[in-house]
Amino acid sequence: MTTHLEVIDAGLGVSIQDLGRPGYRAIGVPLSGALDPLALAAANALAGNGAALPALEIRFSGPTLMLAEGEATRLALMGAATAEIIGPEGEKRLAEPQTSFLLRRGEKLKVGRTNGTAYLAVAGGFGVERMLGSAATYARAGLGGIKGGVLSPKDQLPCNGVGEDEDALHQSEALPYASGPLRVLPGPQEDQFTPEALDVLLSAPFSLSPAMDRMGMRLEGARLNHNDRGADILSDGVLPGAIQVPGDGQPIILLADGQTTGGYAKIACVISADLPRLAHLRPGDTLRFARVDRTQAAAARRAQAEAFARWKAGIEIWKAPGRIDIARLYTTELITGVTAGYCPA
Amino acid sequence: MSTGEARPFAPFPQVRPLSDTALTVVFGTEVDPQVHAQVMGLARQLEALRDAPALAGVSEWIASFTALTVYFDPDVADVAALEAELARLAGAGAKAILAGRVWTLPACFENDYAPDLADLARLQGLSEEAVVSQFLAARYRVYTIGFLPGFPYMGGLPEALQVPRLATPRTEVPARSIAVAGGMCAIYPFKSPGGWRLIGRTPLNLFDPAREAEPALLAAGDTVQWQRIDAARFAALEAEADAGTLDPQQFLGEGPHDHAS
Repeated sequence: MTTHLEVIDAGLGVSIQDLGRPGYRAIGVPLSGALDPLALAAANALAGNGAALPALEIRFSGPTLMLAEGEATRLALMGAATAEIIGPEGEKRLAEPQTSFLLRRGEKLKVGRTNGTAYLAVAGGFGVERMLGSAATYARAGLGGIKGGVLSPKDQLPCNGVGEDEDALHQSEALPYASGPLRVLPGPQEDQFTPEALDVLLSAPFSLSPAMDRMGMRLEGARLNHNDRGADILSDGVLPGAIQVPGDGQPIILLADGQTTGGYAKIACVISADLPRLAHLRPGDTLRFARVDRTQAAAARRAQAEAFARWKAGIEIWKAPGRIDIARLYTTELITGVTAGYCPA
Repeated sequence: MSTGEARPFAPFPQVRPLSDTALTVVFGTEVDPQVHAQVMGLARQLEALRDAPALAGVSEWIASFTALTVYFDPDVADVAALEAELARLAGAGAKAILAGRVWTLPACFENDYAPDLADLARLQGLSEEAVVSQFLAARYRVYTIGFLPGFPYMGGLPEALQVPRLATPRTEVPARSIAVAGGMCAIYPFKSPGGWRLIGRTPLNLFDPAREAEPALLAAGDTVQWQRIDAARFAALEAEADAGTLDPQQFLGEGPHDHAS
């Protein structure tokens, strides 16, 4: 019998995402996938999975899920959200942050509001059908996820793995995000703006407007003026991170579900290493931008990959009280990192 | 608007950075079949050279009106070498000789399928019938697919039918709507908000993920002409499309097709 989580409460903005659906942009299919692939990979690592398995992305408020079928499954939550496990008799225990935990049959997991985007991974990944190579939900075209959309009550989420092991995987360090201004590469239509516009982008603060979803985020701030060529271009290829500026001079940053081609001049693009940071911005947050060059963008990417590898290598095994499992210590790939020599009581 | 002076464009083609994971090769600034032929020519060269070392890390590309955007994995690609190779290929000026596929797609103008037809006719001082017959007489070139999966931007709308978009976009355009705006014609594959004017409907699925090898019906470079069908024929074809039994290959080629069954 397969293990299933039943959706009791769908939360808000909860969808199944993986690393997205590359390869179909020429026919208008957005990349989709996790807004923060780093946090997705982290949640998956804590659940004992590879980085790319489908997990739940939680944008605003978390779902309540019940293990309706199967004995137990292992889950891990990554991101600024709390979660509690509610037993069949109503007894509650807190799910430790950045620590995998078992959910047993009849138990409910209630994930609260998120501050930023959070990811809930399950051992083995969610067993949803891949469409065009990915399980990522793209609701506009009904691709991926559960019936092509965000979670709804009564949805059944098939879980590929089972959880028997009482040990937990834990990492107390926060994910290594870069700080400071968001780094951008100018282009490709910076010559449709006044010479001052790029300086304004790189010096003025911008505020994130409430108009944001998985397609993109609107910013409010100093006006970025176009020159005589104007704001409109013949649509050309875009990608997540592209900063397009319509005629009102207020920039829009495209995100994972953003359309594949766009008809507004693009003044710059957020570098790929900084895309995960966009996932955690909230309406009203202040953003600043800094210019980098291609070499710096590549270095930032490498630095991020190395920092994440260190974070992952630092995942500890929390032995369940009273259990010693030497064999597991030697067989788990996580032994390459530092393994905690204690068991939380 | 602005007081700044536009710098002159460098000669085309130009290779411009879009991000640290994409470059855009620009061939011009106007909608023009010749410029688009250069875009498609570069796309063809990339297809043929997929395994060439200079293109290592390139994952996909989008052909649009005047540009080809090339996406790559910067952990694999040598960006400077890729940039040089794209400039070289683009400069070689190969144009796609073959124009892509020719489709003759069914279009119905009855029922509530053409809510903006009357307005468009009035704006242009034409009868509705004149609008439809001018629309049917033209051939449309697919310049790019974007906005939604399978959504074709097609050039070639006769000048007499060119009107601006709606001042206030609709919150919901029905799937399969045939729409016009400016000199362009398009088809909405899914219901969606949209500001184009709706002048007919096709019963076909423009995008179907079940067609795994080719989920989108149309591709950049294709040519489309329309064939009028009545409401009864529309209903029959739509039922087949909904059931997933309609083979769109039957609409390949120059029309008119004989749809009598």
